[in-house]
Amino acid sequence: MDQTAWLWGSLFGLGLFHGLNPAMGWLFATGLGLQEGRAQAVIYALWPIAIGHAAAIALAAFVTALIGYALPTNLLLVLTGVVLLGFSGWRLLARFRHPTTRFRASAGELAWWSFLMASAHGAGLMVAPLLVAMGPAAQHAHHDHMQHAPTIANSMLGATLAVVVHTAGMFAAMAAIALIVYYVVGLEILRRAWINTDLVWVTVLAMTGVIAIGLGVWGMG
Amino acid sequence: MAIWRPDPTFYPSPRMATKAPPESLAYVVRLNPHGNGQRDAMCVVDVDPKSSTFGKVVGATEMPYTGGELHHFGWNACSSMLCPNAPHPHVERRYLVVPDIRSSHITILDIKEQPTKPHVVKVIEPGELFERTGYARPHTVHCGPDGIYISALGNPEGDGPGGIFILDHDTFEVLGRWEIDRADQYLHYDFWWHLGYDTLITSEWGTPRMVEHGVLGEELLAGKYGHRIHIWDLHRRRHLQTLDLGAEHQMALELRPAHDPTKAYGFLNSVVSLKDLSASIWLWHRHNGSWQVRKVIEIPAEPANEEELPDILKPFKAVPPLVTDINLTVDDRFLYVSCWGTGELRQYDVSDPFNPKLTGTLQIGGIVRRAGHPAAAGPLNGGPQMVEVSRDGRRVYFTNSLYLPWDEQFYPDGIRGWMVKVDADPQGGMQFDPNFFVDFGDQRVHQIRLQGGDASSDSYCFP
Repeated sequence: MDQTAWLWGSLFGLGLFHGLNPAMGWLFATGLGLQEGRAQAVIYALWPIAIGHAAAIALAAFVTALIGYALPTNLLLVLTGVVLLGFSGWRLLARFRHPTTRFRASAGELAWWSFLMASAHGAGLMVAPLLVAMGPAAQHAHHDHMQHAPTIANSMLGATLAVVVHTAGMFAAMAAIALIVYYVVGLEILRRAWINTDLVWVTVLAMTGVIAIGLGVWGMG
Repeated sequence: MAIWRPDPTFYPSPRMATKAPPESLAYVVRLNPHGNGQRDAMCVVDVDPKSSTFGKVVGATEMPYTGGELHHFGWNACSSMLCPNAPHPHVERRYLVVPDIRSSHITILDIKEQPTKPHVVKVIEPGELFERTGYARPHTVHCGPDGIYISALGNPEGDGPGGIFILDHDTFEVLGRWEIDRADQYLHYDFWWHLGYDTLITSEWGTPRMVEHGVLGEELLAGKYGHRIHIWDLHRRRHLQTLDLGAEHQMALELRPAHDPTKAYGFLNSVVSLKDLSASIWLWHRHNGSWQVRKVIEIPAEPANEEELPDILKPFKAVPPLVTDINLTVDDRFLYVSCWGTGELRQYDVSDPFNPKLTGTLQIGGIVRRAGHPAAAGPLNGGPQMVEVSRDGRRVYFTNSLYLPWDEQFYPDGIRGWMVKVDADPQGGMQFDPNFFVDFGDQRVHQIRLQGGDASSDSYCFP
């Protein structure tokens, strides 16, 4: 597997990871389905939740792509790593309040809630180092050792594709677990399996930050 | 601080909560009626039938101040923490939030390390509450998905409006008033919600001025006490609708919404009717997008000799039932009704909420009846008052004091405090546990909370 495939795979994998977190929305969809007593309500809720999540990732992706146009890749990697570590520290030390919304949320409210939830959890930040690495990797794959910078259009296209791939993973995991819990497993599973994803999440964020800094520094050396 | 799995006492749905293990401890507030400086306390009662100290007070923690009156209390967190729109599943149910209805202190007790020795971790001083909320005389506590909600009867001067304020469920910081638009709501008492409909309900008693010196006869006869409930948008914090029982039905108190979040109905008690001293239970329900209320139970007054009655009732030659508390089982099947005046606990099957069926009656205490208990021959005074039901619906506990200034009017000989336990048949019917009679002597007891949660502590987002 070449580096590009590995990066896209990771992007999709992080999407799955985000989708499995009950706080990112599958539980909300299942809850609305149970409240209304029909599976369609689960499906209807999944779309706006996915759109909100995609928007949060897109924000990070486009900001990264724009800065990537101005800064060398390795420096940007170090920068995202530092931001990730700072964010992880803030999440650990500061008191954190989840965004909340009404239970019978409209599609718009669901999307906005999902956007806030993903942003507050640093979902976009977690993906940022991959996006940074992806820009030049894609370039290298096609134009070996050609040192000219990617065009803005190319960067934006790459960022859009990244958001789509990530959200596809997120949607797949979210839909699968929401429907499995709705139809098969039942909510009893929450009592045992709703592990403190916030803790896992902060750990992953911090690790990603360390790796990004490591890669960046190594690349610069 | 952070825990790895959700608190084991949180249940996604009421159906799952009914399968919770039986409680082994009960918390009950003890209050001192003598004004002699002895402090009120949170008592811990052993309710495990296999324990050698079953039915005994095994711990008591005094409040760090004097001059108050403990009344209602609640948990910092409960099953609503699992709500998907505001998930906080890894907050622990470990603190009791204990407001003082007279002095307006709020005491936070930690029961995690030593459940039989609650210890004080914080006291919110009255001044802080007044300054941050403008409210005073805090009453009902409910653990909401996004914070601790507490109702208050009025303002520091003793007038209205009463309302709700929020505490942060981690730091217990007073965050401020809850209402953004209260419309004409002025009186306050209880509140609870339908999480599945983003709807909050509030009820009406009286301002502090109207209740702190006993029931004011003139204002009662003029229909000035509360007789309405209010429907609010829980998320937008705005008043939506008022439901009026009619001024004849005085004091609209306890609100017991269905636990199943898909059901949009609940029960409310009105203490006394000006027409015939009867008490009544009302059902509020949602119909075509708006809310309605109707009377579903009426309990008549009982005729009595004038010489057996306290002064306040002599002119009427009757004992009013004075329904002052109700409680709905977690499966929404049975409603327990406390008739504090006549000394009766009633059990109704409310499977069909529009047509309750009386399935059991127990008599104990009462203004005239003075009925005894299998473990205490009597005569006993006070009557069934704060009633609490275990999550599985099999055990019912209740105490006999209402509120000091009102106790004196209806039981002028001085209530002696007790707490009893009732075993309920899942198919209807109930009997006293002959081995459970906790005698508090000349001290009084009010609200009970069961370890791990009970029928009036938790709300749920999943059916």
